Amino acid sequence: MPATIERREYVQVHPVQAIHPFHAVMLAATVPLFLGALLSDWAYWRTYHIQWANFSSWLLAGALVFGAVALLFAVFGLFTRHGRGARRLLYTLLLVATWVLGFVNALIHAKDAWAVMPTGLVLSVIVTLLACAATWAGFSTLRAGAAS
Amino acid sequence: MRRANLSLAAMTAFALVLSACEKGAEQQQYGPEVQLPEPQRGLLPSMVIAKPAPWGDKKPVVPQGYTVTAIATDLGIPRQSLVLPNGDILVAEGRGGAGAPKLKPKDVIAGIIKAKGTTQVDSGHRLTLLRDADGDGSYELKTVFADKLNAPYGLAYHDGKLYVANQDSVVRFDYRDGQTKAEAPPVKVTDLPSAINHHWTKAMTVSPDGRFLYVGIGSNSNITERGMTAEVDRAMVWQIDAETGMHKPYATGLRNPTALAIQPGTDVLWAVVNERDELGPDLVPDYLTHVQEGGFYGWPYAYWGPNPDPRVMPSDPEKVKATIKPDYALGSHVAALGLAFSVPEMGSEFAEGVFVGQHGSWNRNPPVGYKVVFIPFRDGKPAGAPIEFMTGFREQDGTTYGRPVGVTVDPRGALIVCDDLSNTVWRVTPAKQ
Repeated sequence: MPATIERREYVQVHPVQAIHPFHAVMLAATVPLFLGALLSDWAYWRTYHIQWANFSSWLLAGALVFGAVALLFAVFGLFTRHGRGARRLLYTLLLVATWVLGFVNALIHAKDAWAVMPTGLVLSVIVTLLACAATWAGFSTLRAGAAS
Repeated sequence: MRRANLSLAAMTAFALVLSACEKGAEQQQYGPEVQLPEPQRGLLPSMVIAKPAPWGDKKPVVPQGYTVTAIATDLGIPRQSLVLPNGDILVAEGRGGAGAPKLKPKDVIAGIIKAKGTTQVDSGHRLTLLRDADGDGSYELKTVFADKLNAPYGLAYHDGKLYVANQDSVVRFDYRDGQTKAEAPPVKVTDLPSAINHHWTKAMTVSPDGRFLYVGIGSNSNITERGMTAEVDRAMVWQIDAETGMHKPYATGLRNPTALAIQPGTDVLWAVVNERDELGPDLVPDYLTHVQEGGFYGWPYAYWGPNPDPRVMPSDPEKVKATIKPDYALGSHVAALGLAFSVPEMGSEFAEGVFVGQHGSWNRNPPVGYKVVFIPFRDGKPAGAPIEFMTGFREQDGTTYGRPVGVTVDPRGALIVCDDLSNTVWRVTPAKQ
């Protein structure tokens, strides 16, 4: 019994807003999509087979669509009652960086044939790491679960 | 507040980076020797799309002492023409390449943007015959000679046989003087490579003895972005036996040979070729060249002689080394689509040389082309700078009334120009002596 009381007090001292399930899905989707683009860039790098470059382009486009929705949630979240705070700002900035570099990467991938390389592969590595970091920051800043 | 300013600044910087596209020189490179810059490509390719507008009372501008008349309007996308022995004109109308799949998000977006700069009318898929029976310069008869063709483009005539290069085959009609309508469906001479058909226009000419047809088959991509397997039998000129349909590659590595012609009095084949995009405003020059049998002209491995294209992997150093430098640069992104040798009846200044129709490309800022030029020849070779023969297709502000494609010389002294934006056929004649 005392343990339960203690926990409740903790929640009250550090109030956290739960991440909206829709926000969570949009944010999480960027990881496999950017990672998929990275892997298919790697396959193009190794095989010169053009279809991998096409796959990368579409995976990046998908990541940008989901990422844009997550970014809207993040930016609007900054202006809510719980929005202030360094961790929320860090999450949002990470997501902005992911999306902007991801967009540049999509433009690089719109070049023809080997003109995508090596910049496209390098950017895919960076963007994938950024997407992981943003997702990590997002999920640890905004607790999953029911809204408190 | 500070945060908002910061993000505004970031957005502005980002927009500047995106728009910082390379600008091309006003003066275009031309001639047998050209200085080529290093390849370059910003985050976005340079893109300037024509803004179509009706001609109204305007007309193309032609040299002093020449007159220009629209001899046919409201066509179904006229591309190339042919003057028959009796002076009748056949016009090939149509649009092909609809089967080329969009492979990347880029293809979807670019397709929508580029379509704004072209005509919206339906493809004719036919040959229209124009006749000026009384020789007054007005073509009072306009009738369909043959229809249900498949994006016809190349036209050739020899001794009672009319050859038409559809986007997927060469077909033959029997023709006798004065005929205004094909009497029977065409006979197929041979199939042509037509899978995907990224560059669908099949240019054609016939050897002086009528034995061989030469057909230009464009590449299936800008620069191998559809994979090398798509490029089998592409980017080359075929020599086709007109009787049997047997064929062989006559010359290869010609990215998009859009018009072919035999030099009068010789057996020498000439071509205008559209070169690759997205290497910068002053790369790669489209060119005019005589075509050597068995010659390799670079695509995709190299351009303008042995300059390797870094976008082609795996590369092929042997092919790069074997690349023939073409005879005459027309300028990058002029999009040459028409070629015709002149005759003395065209007037003394334009007696010896070729007319070249330049459609203009999306991939250059400021745009070039959108005109017909004359390249003077001396001793059978290009000599000197291009002379503007027909201009006024595009205004400085981008308003575009027409885009020239095929050019044909009427031996009686007239240049026939197809305009696939305003769907007009123009005829330019020297003033009567």
